[in-house]
Amino acid sequence: MVPILETKNLTMDFGGLRAVDNINFHINEGEIVALIGPNGAGKTTFFNCITGVYKPTGGDIFIAPDGTHSERINGLKPNIVTEKGLARTFQNIRLFQNMTVLENVMIGRHCRLSAGILGAILRTKATLAEEKKVVDDSYEILEEIGLTKFANEFAKNLPYGAQRRLEIARAMATDPFLLLLDEPAAGMNPQETKELDEMILHIRKNKKISILLIEHDMSLVMSVSEKIFVVDYGKLIAEGTPDEIKKNPEVIKAYLGDETDA
Amino acid sequence: MSNLVKYFSLKEIKKSLVITLWFMVLTFPIMVIKVNTIENTVIWRWGYLAIIAIGSFILSTLWRYMMERKSLQAGKESKISLQQKLREMGEKNPRLKRGALAAVVVLVVAYPFATSMYQTGIMTTALMYVVLGLGLNIVVGLGGLLHLGYAAFYAVGAYTYALLHVHFGIGFWVSLPIGAGLATILGILLAIPVLRLRGDYLAIVTLGFGEIVRIILENWNDFSYGPSGIANIPRPTLFGIHFKLQQATIFIYFIMVALVVFTIFIVRRLENSRMGRTWIAMREDEIASQSMGIDITKTKVTTFAIGAFWAGMIGVVFAAKTTFINPASFTLWESIIILCIVVIGGMGSIFGVVVGAGILILLPEYLRAFSQYRMLLFGAILVLMMVFRPGGIVTNVRKVYRIDKEKTGEAE
Amino acid sequence: MDLSYFFELFLGGMTRGSIYALIALGYTMVYGIIKLINFAHGEIYMIGAFTALIISSVLGFTGMNSILILVISGVLAIFFSSAYGVTMEKIAYKPLREAPRLSALISAIGMSMFLQNYVLLAQTPDFLPFPTLIPDFKFLKPIEKILNSTQLVILVTTAVVMILLTILIKFTRTGKAMRATSQDAKMAQLLGININRVITITFIIGSATAAIGGVLISSHTGQLNYYIGFIAGIKAFVAAVLGGIGSIPGAVLGSFVLGWTESFGTGYISSDYEDVFAFIFLLVILIFRPSGILGRSQNDKV
Repeated sequence: MVPILETKNLTMDFGGLRAVDNINFHINEGEIVALIGPNGAGKTTFFNCITGVYKPTGGDIFIAPDGTHSERINGLKPNIVTEKGLARTFQNIRLFQNMTVLENVMIGRHCRLSAGILGAILRTKATLAEEKKVVDDSYEILEEIGLTKFANEFAKNLPYGAQRRLEIARAMATDPFLLLLDEPAAGMNPQETKELDEMILHIRKNKKISILLIEHDMSLVMSVSEKIFVVDYGKLIAEGTPDEIKKNPEVIKAYLGDETDA
Repeated sequence: MSNLVKYFSLKEIKKSLVITLWFMVLTFPIMVIKVNTIENTVIWRWGYLAIIAIGSFILSTLWRYMMERKSLQAGKESKISLQQKLREMGEKNPRLKRGALAAVVVLVVAYPFATSMYQTGIMTTALMYVVLGLGLNIVVGLGGLLHLGYAAFYAVGAYTYALLHVHFGIGFWVSLPIGAGLATILGILLAIPVLRLRGDYLAIVTLGFGEIVRIILENWNDFSYGPSGIANIPRPTLFGIHFKLQQATIFIYFIMVALVVFTIFIVRRLENSRMGRTWIAMREDEIASQSMGIDITKTKVTTFAIGAFWAGMIGVVFAAKTTFINPASFTLWESIIILCIVVIGGMGSIFGVVVGAGILILLPEYLRAFSQYRMLLFGAILVLMMVFRPGGIVTNVRKVYRIDKEKTGEAE
Repeated sequence: MDLSYFFELFLGGMTRGSIYALIALGYTMVYGIIKLINFAHGEIYMIGAFTALIISSVLGFTGMNSILILVISGVLAIFFSSAYGVTMEKIAYKPLREAPRLSALISAIGMSMFLQNYVLLAQTPDFLPFPTLIPDFKFLKPIEKILNSTQLVILVTTAVVMILLTILIKFTRTGKAMRATSQDAKMAQLLGININRVITITFIIGSATAAIGGVLISSHTGQLNYYIGFIAGIKAFVAAVLGGIGSIPGAVLGSFVLGWTESFGTGYISSDYEDVFAFIFLLVILIFRPSGILGRSQNDKV
């Protein structure tokens, strides 16, 4: 088995600043892996490199959706990366505010559809069928995430926790094999975090999607993830199971003074 | 209205007075003193000072009242759009809807016969701006790309017909698709270099593009006949029949009615299609839409190209209607008036664009006394609209998909 | 090649560049602080020129010394331009600080239309001759064809303004506050910088330099109308982008480059397409180096 996502010596420089420093990382099929580290450690930059928002300045990124064939995806545009099956959420919620909740999810389906301009104008049978299916599929995803009651609301009018969940729903709509969640629990209360916990496990189980998450909420990280990678100042300082990480002196050192987060 | 009373308290009146004084000083040189350096005369117009004083006192109070209302409303999102109201009314009462539609049809058909040729001409112009507005609406309202060179595509259409006629004697009906097609191609050509530009740069580059096209038309005499333009462009014919002026006016009117219906039909279908959704997603958040698998390059190119298509088409009609074109018809202000129609009517809303074109093109025609204040008012309205009602007169509503557990279908 | 013609074009380009620089500063500073392209900035420049025309004509009847008239009308032009700039910000931009960029841009276009037509209606749509206020310097007589006194005044004034501005930004508290705000407005606010004050000052400075530009160019060309702000504004904007918007030295550099391009372009190629050079230049720059000559590239924060 090849890891479904693997980075080799991944490096990202901004001018003189090295935000991601030679990170070797891998995630296997069906795993839930967490990436943790103090603020500014380079976690989101790492995400941005993988998803094509930034072009890494060094190293390689490989994906293997089927678990056998590796493919290098450095420098591909974000929309291509998404098409290949990596979907993400954003730390600072980036929903399509003036579109309805359902439409947000429908946008996620976009890359799995094929209707073109002529189909739209002529409303061919194929287009109509496809449109109907998009609505159905999107609605189904909303059901799964528990957002159906907001289906025709504008995304901007949703309560905060629901917006975070809609981000996940939208990402799931792209049919990914790996879901990258950037601080999904940020700003949530303990009850909402608990629900999120269940949701993540549910997604993995029912949809067979692997999950990589960046998170500061240690209770969530420790309870859902099988493996944890710790970064600090752009470098990978530890990896292991939650229990190993808890005892790792390097990690404790890195988090010292940042205790409140843990 | 009850809280309006507090604006008559001493404190508020004082505030208004300070602002009044400020505007009196501010506008003093330009409003009060009128110089003519050719004849060396100076006219002092003290009366204007009084107008400014009274005007700014009232407006400053009103401004603060509106500002407060705006901040009060910011919390609750309860503004119901005009479009939504009409839609609900239509749903509740299908007979009323059918009746209203029939009335519109009768009105549109009877209009040129019930009014003068002059009136028909004006209405035709308004209809042309409806299509232009709908085209620009795709770029600005749906795609969120501020395009200030739209008149260039309009010019392409007009010159296509004029030049095809001059050189090859090609008629209106053949030129119509060619003009639209050439504008579309130009739209694609413009889109490619500006792909990487962010909002404000895009605005200025499209503006520059529009000016380049106009300046070329003005100076390249061998190609475009320069500033003097091209005259004697034939009006449209019907199966080879040539009309007299009056009949032709009515004929063009009906061509425009047909084109408006055609445009609305197509744009409505596009806006709620897979492609239309990507336009709106791009407007809302480029990075997020890319991360959702949308090819931004392709999306930008399609908005520009499809937007340009309508301008090219109407350009051909314009040349046929006026029978004379020159570069002066395609200035930046033309682009900006079309932008005003979109913004004031309601960005993203088809109905809004129709209302916007009606207000902006017809009102100044009928209120001739105010026509010189037209651009002044448009400018002020743009600012006020953005501050107090950024959605325009008709705020766009998104399509509601109705989902039944068993039978899933869409409802419009 | 005729060397004196070359120098004529060179200095002519530099003069143009100086004026563009004076206007471009306003664009670049405002952009640096509130990240908005102030479309109406050219109108502020036009209002400055018009105010100077009005005041100097009125004073002209009193038989005052022309240098004194120049100074008084210049000062009043700066005052009124700044006042318009600040008022414009309060009405059209301040309420839209949190709104989408598109809204603020449209508001700026509206403001531009409004001010142009305001001057058109209150004054005149025709070109008016601008009185000669800058005296002829005797010592320039021999090289008059290459460099006349107005050009000299323009070059010197621009240099002085630039030096003063650099001192202001580099060494004063206000300058520090402005730099901090342009780096990170939210953070600056948390650190106790009064953002509204910084924005007001920025508009005052930008408008003042534009007014100086307006007075100088009108003296140079000898005429003006309500429309001069538009094309000058666009070109100054091109210059600001060329140099890297947000960067003050960039704006100056970009202005000179554009001034020379236009001057040599019209001198050696064709004057019909004078205005096209700027736009083509802009297109090329934005495609190949969107951050400008001195600008730093910015990534959108994800």
